[in-house]
Amino acid sequence: MKPSKFNYFAADSVDGAIAMMRENGEDARYLAGGQSLVPMMNFRVASPSALIDLNGVSELADIRISPDGGLEIGPMVRTRRLETDPDIEKNNPLLAAAAAHIAHFQIRNRGTLGGSVAHADPAAELPGITLVCEAKIHLRGPAGPRVVPAVDFFQGVFTTAADSSELIEKICFPPWPTQRHWGFKEISRREGDFALVGVAAWFDINDGGAISNCACVAIGAGDTPLRLHRAENTLMGSEPSLGLFKESADTIDADIDPFDDIHASIAYRREVSAVLLKRTLSEAWKRNL
Amino acid sequence: MTNRHAISLKVNGTSYSCDVDARMSLADCLREQLDLTGTHLGCEHGVCGACTVIADGAAIRSCLIFAVQAHKMDITTVEGLAEGENLSPLQEAFRDNHALQCGFCTPGMLTTAEAFLGENPTPTRAEVESAISGNICRCTGYVSIVDAIMDAAARRSGGVSI
Repeated sequence: MKPSKFNYFAADSVDGAIAMMRENGEDARYLAGGQSLVPMMNFRVASPSALIDLNGVSELADIRISPDGGLEIGPMVRTRRLETDPDIEKNNPLLAAAAAHIAHFQIRNRGTLGGSVAHADPAAELPGITLVCEAKIHLRGPAGPRVVPAVDFFQGVFTTAADSSELIEKICFPPWPTQRHWGFKEISRREGDFALVGVAAWFDINDGGAISNCACVAIGAGDTPLRLHRAENTLMGSEPSLGLFKESADTIDADIDPFDDIHASIAYRREVSAVLLKRTLSEAWKRNL
Repeated sequence: MTNRHAISLKVNGTSYSCDVDARMSLADCLREQLDLTGTHLGCEHGVCGACTVIADGAAIRSCLIFAVQAHKMDITTVEGLAEGENLSPLQEAFRDNHALQCGFCTPGMLTTAEAFLGENPTPTRAEVESAISGNICRCTGYVSIVDAIMDAAARRSGGVSI
C-alpha cells in the first residue's frame, strides 16, 4: 500500500504549475486535495511519474461573487469550506448542502471542489452539482484558457473534457435567485460512503404559480452525472404538487443507466432513483414556501 | 533530485527537520522517521480513520498526504494530547467510559474527537456519531466511544461528568 516512485513539484502559481506540467509530460498529474488520487496511488491503480502540487497556489483557493451575483470558486477551495462558508450558503445553498454529504469531515478538510470535478466519479456529489447548476468549468493549459460547460465536461467514468495538461482555474456558478426551490438527497450504505444513487434538483416559480425554470440531476445512475430531461419537461409550466412530482419521477427510467455492483442491483438503483427524485422535489417545494 | 526532499515541520510543539522520499506519507514519516508510533495505519487509503492527525488545526488523514506536503505544517498527533503524564480530559473520558478495547482505532478516535470538540464544544449525540463516522472500530465499541466524547465535552466546558 505504498505508491510507486514519482517526482514531486510544489507549484506556487497557475503559470508555474502549467510550466511544470509541460516539462514533466503526459504521465504527470496535478495534485489537489489528494483524497481520491492518493488512494489510487496507494493501490497503484494510478502511478503518475510526477505530481504537480497545487496546494500552495493561493490564487486557486478564492471564492468570489461575480458582478451578476454568481459564484466563482477556485478549484482548491476545500469541501469543508463549501459546506460552512456563509457566501456559499447565501449564494448557492444547494452546493453547501451537497458538500455536507461528502465523505467524512477529515476528508472534507482536505478534499477540494476542483479535485472532485476533475476526478469525475459518477457517484460524486460535486460533479452533479456543477451539472444541475449549469456551472462553467474554466480550464487553463499550455495552449491557453478555455471554458467548458459542465454538461460537456463529464464524458465518462473518471473521464472529462480536460486534457492531462490542463488544470481547472475556476468554476463559475450562475446567480441563484433567493426564492429558488431546491433539494438534494442521496442514499448510501453508511454515512460518508459514496452514494448508491442521489438526486439534486431546483425549480423557480413564476407569478402565475407555475414552474418556469428547473433542473434535475441524478448521480451514481450512469457513467456521468445525468440530467433528467424527461422529469424536467414534466415539471415545466405546471403548478407544483405531489402528483406532479410523482409524474415527473415516473419518467426517470428512460434518463438513467445505472450499474450493478455488490452494493446494489440495477433494479434497486432504478427504484430508489425515482423515489429520491419525488422526495427531492417535495423537499424543494416545502423549502422557501 | 525531485523525489527526495528536505522538510521541516512542527509536531506536538517540537520542530523537526527530515529528509523524505516524495512518496512517503506523512503517517510513515511520523512513525518511521520521528518514532511517533502512536499514529496507526489501518487501511492506508483513507477509509479507516486510524491515522487521523490534526494539521494546522484541521483533522486529516495522514495516509493521504505526503510528508513533503507537510513542510511548514503544525501537526498534533495522539502523543501531543496529554500534558506530560497527565491525560487530557478527552483521554480521561475515554479511560473512564471504557471507550477502547484493542486500542488500534483509539489514536484516530482521539485526534478526531479533539478536533471536532474544538469546532463544536457542545455537540449532540447525533453530531458525535456523525463526527466519528469516518473512524472504524472493529471491536465495535462505538457506544462507549460516543459516551466518552459526550463526557469529554461536559468536562471541557466545566460541567459535571456523567
